[in-house]
Amino acid sequence: MSDLLGLFRRPLRDFRWSVLPVPGRLLAVIFFVFLFVFPLITSRGYPMYLMTVAALFTIFAVSWDVLSGYSGQVSFGHALFFGAGAYGSALLYMHLGWPPGVTIILGTLIGTGIGVLTCFPALRLRPPYLSLLTMAFPIILERIVRSIPKDLAGGNYGIRRLPELAGSPVETYYICLVVMVISVLIMWKLTDAGSKYVRTGLIFHAIREDEIAARATGINTIRYKILAFAIAGVFASLAGAMYAHYQSLASPANFSLLQSFLAIIWVVFGGIVSIYGAVVGVYTLYVITDFIRLTPAAQYQMLIMTVIIILILLFMPEGIAVWIRDKLERECPRCKLSNAAWRKECRACSANLR
Amino acid sequence: MIERIIVLTLVKGSTYAILASGLALIYGVGRIVNLAHTAFMMLAAYGIWYFAVSSGWGMIESIAVTVIGTGLLGLLIYRFLINRIREHHAAVLLMTIAIGMAIQEIIAPLFGSTPLNIPLLMKGTTMILGSPVRDQYLLTLGVATGFVILLWLLLSKTKLGIGIRAVAQDPEVANLMGVSVSRILMITVGIGTAMAAVAGIFLPPLEGGLVNYMWLPPLTMVLVVIIIGGLGSLKGAYIASFFVALIEGLAVTGFPTHGYLSNAFAMLAMVIVLVVRPQGMFGTMFEEERL
Repeated sequence: MSDLLGLFRRPLRDFRWSVLPVPGRLLAVIFFVFLFVFPLITSRGYPMYLMTVAALFTIFAVSWDVLSGYSGQVSFGHALFFGAGAYGSALLYMHLGWPPGVTIILGTLIGTGIGVLTCFPALRLRPPYLSLLTMAFPIILERIVRSIPKDLAGGNYGIRRLPELAGSPVETYYICLVVMVISVLIMWKLTDAGSKYVRTGLIFHAIREDEIAARATGINTIRYKILAFAIAGVFASLAGAMYAHYQSLASPANFSLLQSFLAIIWVVFGGIVSIYGAVVGVYTLYVITDFIRLTPAAQYQMLIMTVIIILILLFMPEGIAVWIRDKLERECPRCKLSNAAWRKECRACSANLR
Repeated sequence: MIERIIVLTLVKGSTYAILASGLALIYGVGRIVNLAHTAFMMLAAYGIWYFAVSSGWGMIESIAVTVIGTGLLGLLIYRFLINRIREHHAAVLLMTIAIGMAIQEIIAPLFGSTPLNIPLLMKGTTMILGSPVRDQYLLTLGVATGFVILLWLLLSKTKLGIGIRAVAQDPEVANLMGVSVSRILMITVGIGTAMAAVAGIFLPPLEGGLVNYMWLPPLTMVLVVIIIGGLGSLKGAYIASFFVALIEGLAVTGFPTHGYLSNAFAMLAMVIVLVVRPQGMFGTMFEEERL
C-alpha cells in the first residue's frame, strides 16, 4: 500500500507545486484531460471525426515545428513525409494485404527513409534555397505517383478501400489520441533545450541560431540536421500512414502543396518554436476552418484561412498560444521560474514581480 | 516535331523570362522570394479580361490600365504587408503564398471557375522556314526581347538603375551613399509586379485559358527558373528560362498524355543543379548573409 502511494507521490508533488501555480501548464493539463473524456461528452460522427483528424494533424504539425522551428531547416515540402507514409502503408496493403498495424509501422519507415534520402541535397543550402528545394520533392513524387498505372499505385484517384484502424469511431479516436500524446511527448523531450539527459534540443537551437558557430564548437551539424529530418520524418509519416487508414484512402492530394502549407499555417498560428503552440494551432485553427465547411460561408473557407494567417504574421508574429501565455504568466527576474501574471511575488524565491 | 519543340521553347521561355526577371529583380534587391508573383500575373490577366471582354475597351487601353494597376497593387501590398516582416525569410515566404492564395480565393467568387479566354493580340500566322508560326508567338518573343533590353538600359544607364544595383549589392552602404533604400525597394517591387502583369497578357493563352488556380504551375516553373539561374541574377534567370522551357517542351512532346510530368522534370533538373552548385548557375554566396 505504501509502495503504491510512493509511486504516486512524485507526480502528485509535481502537480501540486509545478503545475497548479502556473496557469499555462494547468490549462495544458485540463486540455489533455478534456481530450481523453471527449467521447463521453459527445460521440456523434462529425465531432469524433474532427477530433480524430485533429489528433493526427497535430503529430504532423508538431513534427514540422521540430524540423523547421527548432532546428531551423525551414521545409516547405513537409507533405513529402506525410504522403510517403500514406502511400507506403497503402501500397503494402494493396500488394501484400498486411493488416494496418504492420503497414503503418513499415509505411512510417518507408516515409522516413525517403525523407532522409531527399534531405541530403538540402544539407548545404542557404535558407531560401532550402525551402524551395524541399518544396520540389513532394511535387515530383506526386507527379510520379499519378503517372504510375492504376493497378500498381492507384493512379489519379489514389488507393481506396484501405482497412480501418479499429472497429468503432471511439476506439479509433483513442488509438489516434494515445499515439498523438506519446509522439508529442517524445518530440517535446527531444527538443527540450534545458534537458539534462538529451542533448538534441540544445544542439538544434545552436544550429538554428548560428550554424557556423555550432560547427566551430565541435558539433557535427550535418549529422544533427539529418537527425532532425529523421525525427520529423518518423512522426510526419506516422501521421500520414494513420491518416490514410483512417480515411481509407491514400490520394495524390496527400503530397499537395496545400498539405505542406497547412502544417506551416497551423504552427505559425499557434506559435512557432513551441510544441504547445503547434498543438494549440491545430486544435483551434483546423477545427474552426473545418467547421466553416458546414456553414454557408463554405466557399470562403480558404480565404478566411489566408486572411487569418496574414493578420497573425502582421500583428502576432509569435503566435496565439505564446501571446496568451505571455498574458497569463510572468518569468521571475531572479530565479527564472514562471509565475502567474497576477502574483505580486515569485512563488519560489519571493522576489518582487511588480 | 522538332520545329514544334523549338517554337514552344522560345515562346514559353520568353514568357518565363518576363516573369522570372521580375522575380529575380525583387529577390536581388529586397531578398524577398515573392511566391505571389504569378498570382499577380493571373490577377492582371483577369483585369485585362474584365476591361477588354466584359467592358468592351480596346486591348491597348486595358493592358495599360491593368499593368499599371497591378504594379501599384504590388507596391501597396509590399508596403503594408511585407515590409515589416522583411527580415524573416520564412515569414516572407508564408506571407507571399498567403497573398497568392487570397488572390485565388477572391477571384473565384468574382469571376467563377469556368476557364476564360483572353483575346489574342495578333491573330494571323507567318511562315518561317516552311512551318507556320502564330503571330502572337512572334509578338511574345519580341516583347520579351524588348523587356530584356529595356531592363538592361534601366539598370545600367539611368540613375534609378544605378541606385537599384547599389541596393542589391549592399543596402547599408547604399544607404550611407544617400540612396533612399526604402524608396528604391518600393520602386523595384512596383516594376517587378508590373512585369508579372505583362506576362499575364501572354501566358494564359499558352496555358489553355484563365482559371483561378492557373497560377500554381507557372509558379513552380518560375521558381525552378530563378533557382537554376541563381537567386537574384538576371542573366541566370534569362538563360534558365529557355532551359526550363526546353525541358517542358521535351516532356510535353515525349509524354503527351502526362502533361503534368513537365513540372516534375523541371524540378528534377533544379535538384540536380542544386546538388552540383548550391547557389545556382549564376548566383553568388554572400558570407555575411548566413543565418
